[in-house]
Amino acid sequence: MPTLNVNGTAREFQAEADTPLLWVLREQLGLTGTKYGCGIAACGACTVHIDGVATRSCVRPVSSVEAGAKVVTIEGLSPNATHALQKSWAALDVPQCGFCQSGMLMAAAALLKAKPKPTDADIDDAMTNICRCGTYNRVRAAIKQAAGVVA
Amino acid sequence: MKGARSTGATAPARASETASQMASQTASQTTAQTTSQTTSPRAPRRLSRRGFIGGAAAAAGTLVVGFHIGRPALAQAAAGASAAGIPPEVNAWVVIQPDDAVVIRVARTEMGQGSLTGLAQLVAEELECDWAKVRTEYPTPGQNQLRGRVWGSFSTGGSRGIRESHEYVRKGGATARVMLVQAAANEWKVPAAECVASNSVITHEPTGRRTTFGKVAGAAGKLTPPADVALKDPKDWKLAGKSVKRLDTLDKLDGSQVYGMDFKLPGMLNAAIKDCPVFGGKLKGFDAAAIAGKPGVKKVLRVGDSAVAVVADTWWRAKTALDALPIEWDFGANANVSSASIAATLKEGLDAPQAFVGNERGDARGALASAARKVEAVYAYPFQNHATMEVMNATVLITTNAAGAPERCDVWCPTQSGEAALAATAEAAGLPVAKCDVHKLNPGGGFGRRGAHDWLTQAVTVAKQMPGTPVKLMWSREEDMTHGRYHPITQCKLTAGLDAQGQLSALHMRISGQSIIASVFPQNLQNGRDPATFQGLNASGPEGTFGYAVPHLLIDHAMRNPHVPPGFWRGVNLNQNAVYLECFIDEVAHAAGQDALAFRQKLLAGSPKQLAVLNAVAERAGWGRPAPKGVYRGLAQIMGFGSYVAACAEVSVTDAGELTVHRIVAATDPGHAVNPQQIEAQVEGSFAYGLSAALYGECTVKDGRIEQTNFSNYPALLMDKMPKVEAIVMPSGGFWGGVGEPTIAVAAPAVLNAIFAATGKRIRELPLSKHSLKKA
Repeated sequence: MPTLNVNGTAREFQAEADTPLLWVLREQLGLTGTKYGCGIAACGACTVHIDGVATRSCVRPVSSVEAGAKVVTIEGLSPNATHALQKSWAALDVPQCGFCQSGMLMAAAALLKAKPKPTDADIDDAMTNICRCGTYNRVRAAIKQAAGVVA
Repeated sequence: MKGARSTGATAPARASETASQMASQTASQTTAQTTSQTTSPRAPRRLSRRGFIGGAAAAAGTLVVGFHIGRPALAQAAAGASAAGIPPEVNAWVVIQPDDAVVIRVARTEMGQGSLTGLAQLVAEELECDWAKVRTEYPTPGQNQLRGRVWGSFSTGGSRGIRESHEYVRKGGATARVMLVQAAANEWKVPAAECVASNSVITHEPTGRRTTFGKVAGAAGKLTPPADVALKDPKDWKLAGKSVKRLDTLDKLDGSQVYGMDFKLPGMLNAAIKDCPVFGGKLKGFDAAAIAGKPGVKKVLRVGDSAVAVVADTWWRAKTALDALPIEWDFGANANVSSASIAATLKEGLDAPQAFVGNERGDARGALASAARKVEAVYAYPFQNHATMEVMNATVLITTNAAGAPERCDVWCPTQSGEAALAATAEAAGLPVAKCDVHKLNPGGGFGRRGAHDWLTQAVTVAKQMPGTPVKLMWSREEDMTHGRYHPITQCKLTAGLDAQGQLSALHMRISGQSIIASVFPQNLQNGRDPATFQGLNASGPEGTFGYAVPHLLIDHAMRNPHVPPGFWRGVNLNQNAVYLECFIDEVAHAAGQDALAFRQKLLAGSPKQLAVLNAVAERAGWGRPAPKGVYRGLAQIMGFGSYVAACAEVSVTDAGELTVHRIVAATDPGHAVNPQQIEAQVEGSFAYGLSAALYGECTVKDGRIEQTNFSNYPALLMDKMPKVEAIVMPSGGFWGGVGEPTIAVAAPAVLNAIFAATGKRIRELPLSKHSLKKA
């Protein structure tokens, strides 16, 4: 049976090779924090990290994830929601319906890893997730708060 | 939310409940698993979530048994007794556990707008409980039916969550407080008048004796509720009116919030569906044999007369098999309808002799005929999809009796209207309402779409063909985009008359187009007239008082209903009416050679609340003072959903036509502001949603079907285009207005008026993406 390293654990799954990683996570491994939004990598709700890189999992065939690759989902972003972004998100009451927020947080976490002190332009480039409720301004403020840059 | 976390003491008990207890609670009176786990604290939240999904999965049989034993539990709970270790309620709104944890029941749906927290604040304010100990839960609409609608309406739309229920939820909290105090007084054998409640503690003032809510809740629940209770004057509020944190944030930060699409039952199968692409068309047939060998496929089913579903072990397999299924449709008579043919129908209505009158004073036609000068313009507003981030879905289980006949139908779904969902379930299942229930899950966005239950009817119709097997039906994004309940399409012809002094003497607004009420609630038409069409344009009332003093006014509606189904939408009729009115007022001011603010101020002299929000944004934005170089301003104001709103937009447009919305100043007077920081969040969100609609939002029709299929061709505003939003929350007291929707209406007209200031171009047909702003 094929396996994936997800959130630090080797997990076995059964799925056709062309099944997108998203559906293996959601339907085989029970990790439903990663969301289906569009299925065409347009909205970012399905964003996970593969070896630290923000990846839209809805168009990524599971067979293309290399055997040694480390997949991290929102459930594995930190123990007990202690990532600096999860803390700043809570402090600023960022989520509304919350559905897009897993993808937002994963995209933001990858951004801060690559650019610990992001500019507004860096944030605009990295954060192309769709939020229909309209949390964008609080998302931006929370990224800056977590990064310790002036809002 | 430090406080809410500390309520964890209550959750382990819940988490350690056996699966059968959990199952019995599913149908019982006092528990709503969905929100209680939403708001319970960190560690226990995890336990309780496992209990919810995994635990239910471990209890396949008992879950079903639970439904059968649900009734006695209901009766017991209604009597305030404890069934299966469930703590008794003080009243329908308040449960207090022995460890002082406070569970507040909320009937309205939380879909991001924050009213779950706001409603809990109102109950807690009167209850005098410790806010740090509060969590919430949803009662079910089935329980509401059984208890004589003790929780009132479950409907969550029209920004009515708080403005419609504030009084009875506060009374629920106040009544519970009186009963708790009485129970303590009884125990101490002292007059209740000598006892006060504060922060979940009751004190006998003469002696200083103290007890807690948790210690007397059991006794309080057995008392006869007082006939009437006095409510606090809002000026004495300590918790309501304060910017406390939301109660439902933490689960949204680590993936543990269970949305409809995340819900799971033991043995559950998954269904994907395709409805006829042309509204009104039919399903002719399909070749199930062609996909019979696909992995995981269990069944291919006809759903009603227009749809086909594939049921498989996983949704991805169901969806891929459905995509490979040969399907034959009968597109029917609507297959030749297009956006152009719909526009022609609406255009005809602009000058049609017959129209329903919405607001009339004086003799507008006569005054226009004799006006010194006339200004005329035609505007148009398109179909728009809600595009909630979470697609439509529902999980349904129909259980059978010994003879194999359907006996009971339970639904787990995100819905904005629990009672309407229950009615739709019963109808589709062919069972009495008492044999059905709806267990609400938090939605990934609503915006009005989840007030219609076409998708639920489909899900029940699928499950009915698979009795005993739980089935989750979920739409693809493409299905969601092409089978919406769209923002209604309208056009509007506006004619203004100016007198010799350049004063607005007459105005005729002729709206032509679609009626939501005619499609959704035809029984609510008034002799054929749809009153909701005139939102924001009425002579009086909370659904939008036309504020401008125009001596001769006529606002009428030629109803033209295309075949594309309309629905309520965030802001809905107020959106297009504010574009029509506020852009046109700008045009008239310009034609009269007057400042856009001064022109409005004069006309609003008799409408102080409208004037106040307008003045507030003008002052904050610096209207009349120079804007930064290359930046231009536009104004808009409107009243709707019981609230007064205004906005000033600052934009710039490059020579190449690239628009930047730099800054929005927005003012809201909702009467009372229960949680100002959440109102600010709603105002900000209104601009994200409203600017998405104004900039890109259009669903076009070709061959009878919607052409847009995903976010690739129905784009949404992204972070890089989101303006800075400065919200001014200015509650003036004395009335209760809504918050989630009114502000959307001023987003588009404020920006369009600023674009005119920047470019001299009047955009009269949305969305903006259809037009070039390039310098000529």
